[in-house]
Amino acid sequence: MIDRKITQQISSAEDLAKVAAEQLEWQAQYQHRVFVCMGTACQSVQSGAVLAALQTEIKNKGRENECLVSPGGCQGNCASAPLVSVPEQDLLYQTVQPADVEEIVDALAGKPVSRLLCDNKGDFFSKQNRVVTNHRGLLNPESIEDYIAAGGFRALLKALAEFSPDNVVQELQKSGLRGRGGAGYPTGLKWSTVAKARAEQKYVICNADEGDPGAFMNRSVLEDYPFRVLEGMAIAAYAVGASKGYVYVRAEYPLAVERVTKAIRSAEKHGLLGNKIGSMSLDFHVEIRLGAGAFVCGEETALISSIEGGKGLPCPRPPYPAESGLWGMPTLINNVETFANVVPIITNGAEWYATIGTPRSKGTKTFALSGRIINTGLVEVPLGTSLRQMIFDIGGGVPDGHKFKAVQTGGPAGGCIPEEHLDATIDYETLMELGSFMGSGGMIVMDDSSCMVDVAKFFMQFCAAESCGKCVPCRVGTAHMHDMLDRITKGEGTMEELGQLESLCDVVKFTSLCGLGQGAPNPVLSTLRFFKSEYLAHIVEHTCPAGVCAPIGQDIRRPTCALSP
Amino acid sequence: MRVVTLKINDQEMSGREDEDILHVAREHGIEIPTLCQLDGISEWGGCRLCLVEIEGSAKLSAACVTKVSEGMVVNTESERLSGYRKTIVEMLFTEGNHICSVCVSNNNCELQDMSSDLKIDHISLPYRYPARTVDASHDLFIFDANRCILCTRCVRVCDQVEGAHTWDIAGRGIQSQLISDLHQPWGESDSCTSCGKCVEACPTGALFEKGKAAGEMVKDPKFLVYLADMKAEKS
Repeated sequence: MIDRKITQQISSAEDLAKVAAEQLEWQAQYQHRVFVCMGTACQSVQSGAVLAALQTEIKNKGRENECLVSPGGCQGNCASAPLVSVPEQDLLYQTVQPADVEEIVDALAGKPVSRLLCDNKGDFFSKQNRVVTNHRGLLNPESIEDYIAAGGFRALLKALAEFSPDNVVQELQKSGLRGRGGAGYPTGLKWSTVAKARAEQKYVICNADEGDPGAFMNRSVLEDYPFRVLEGMAIAAYAVGASKGYVYVRAEYPLAVERVTKAIRSAEKHGLLGNKIGSMSLDFHVEIRLGAGAFVCGEETALISSIEGGKGLPCPRPPYPAESGLWGMPTLINNVETFANVVPIITNGAEWYATIGTPRSKGTKTFALSGRIINTGLVEVPLGTSLRQMIFDIGGGVPDGHKFKAVQTGGPAGGCIPEEHLDATIDYETLMELGSFMGSGGMIVMDDSSCMVDVAKFFMQFCAAESCGKCVPCRVGTAHMHDMLDRITKGEGTMEELGQLESLCDVVKFTSLCGLGQGAPNPVLSTLRFFKSEYLAHIVEHTCPAGVCAPIGQDIRRPTCALSP
Repeated sequence: MRVVTLKINDQEMSGREDEDILHVAREHGIEIPTLCQLDGISEWGGCRLCLVEIEGSAKLSAACVTKVSEGMVVNTESERLSGYRKTIVEMLFTEGNHICSVCVSNNNCELQDMSSDLKIDHISLPYRYPARTVDASHDLFIFDANRCILCTRCVRVCDQVEGAHTWDIAGRGIQSQLISDLHQPWGESDSCTSCGKCVEACPTGALFEKGKAAGEMVKDPKFLVYLADMKAEKS
């Protein structure tokens, strides 16, 4: 496949428009375009082989002048991977194998291959509102030309030409965007704090150390829209007066690392990152830093320590990074998705953005749906969508005739929300009231085959293993809480110990140094709040109602040896 | 530097705005419990015993790393705080293997003093009985990991005052452990200058001089303040 590559520097909005027009013209000479998802989920089921087979097939048929096959981004419904889309026919093929490509190529002008068709008009697609993931996979993630043709970097050059840095901050404040890492701190306020700080050097950091179990939104956004994240960071750098940026991404995301690295290089090559961006006053250099597998490095102060070359240990705040961050300098640190939201806000205006969502939680949020749900995958919905819509309309409900039990949001600092609260809306405040947490967007669905004590134990094990060990309550408390939960699942727990567990939750929550320890008790607290009967069944009756700790009806205690008296 | 007035435990007092709550309180006769804090080295904020309540804030703040500010109202004693402090000290006792009667630091131990100050008469959490070792490879000193509370005073004093950085913490979470150099026996350490500052800084009997028997190890880390002052004057 021959990709078109531009070579010129882009030094003005006119240059950008020219490149976009040329690229569109080049694309238009192809009658048919086909996108094969090259996201991590699709690649893991050999979408690369499908892409290669499609390209060979088209070549063999001598149709390379009319068909263009490109690698694409995530469609969202990862459960049906590998996915192939044909945009001009508005078709989406699912579970495509290399053997199917001949049929797909033959069907390009005619009748679709019905046995592979995925219902792309159904609730899963129609009930979403895609702002961050608006290209729906129909964009080659590695091509800066395609990104520019789709309107990329226009927001950056618009901000540089038409907005003062203050105007950008004001626009963000008006939009109502809140931090997408989970805590929901107003983004505009954070930007304005960094903008106001006086210093020779300031930094912008993109936090891509997504580590919650069951969360893959940031990975997907980075993989599919690396240029958009960089563009958002550059706009942020202009707004706060930074000249250097870092993307801190965990090493477990090799594809995201590769794409961001390539994107930085090609943006620099075309003058869209580096010195005098768009021939204007902004200098902004971005480097990538890899995390080495520590969950706590998603905490901003630990992340900064890691970039500085130290051990990933959190520091007490204040001072906040906005005042004293990387190497003691004012530092703006935002999540991947927060930066990805900047471009649509600058492009379409804050007023437009503020119409989406609820009065206090504006915009959309991406979620990674996983667990016991039919449509596993990546979705984006306006904040204020109900959990029921999310799980039953978009997610398609629970498979195999099982009954929904709970949905876990917010990762290890989050909580489990039971069926009676399914009509609650997804926004920062409501989830907090339910003892959970927005978090970065992991959403794990559980059915009647999940034991809630076991779930709490799983998350506690995660927190204990990921505790950095700096502060006593998190280091020792999570280990004790895990042991107590473990004893309960083995039928060795007592009511006295349950009381002790609850009081440990209180101590660890309020005395730990950073968010990891402060949030670690939440899965226990929320399961105790909504599923206390399951704890009691384990402790008093020595049974596991879900049949996880032992088959239903059987004693969960370790069988005594037949030989012992 | 601005001077601010604040109230700690209903007592009016003043402090420089670069001072933390712990020191301003201490200057005015109010002791806030702490184990990881030591004058003469940097603050760590890890033991969480100096947590105090600040009016208007829902969160508790570590007094050692929270700067005073104008009009601040601080409370260092409450039933809630003392409950938390007791549990944290209990956690330390269950995390290691602390047997006072045979310890070189018996009666001269900050952990022991802390538990009597907080009136801890029993441990309600289960003991973890970790398998830990004793490193007696050094000519002059011994490191008994059973008694280590991971306060990192030794790490900081070795790095910041002696400039050797022999000590550091390896592993994370409950697996954290104090190591010398690249996890070698202390006696084989190339960086250790045998200055003994870590021994003086250690709040328990984890680091002690060879030849001392139960109750014989008395430590005095006050000289670190003079060293820090002299360093500050010089620069």
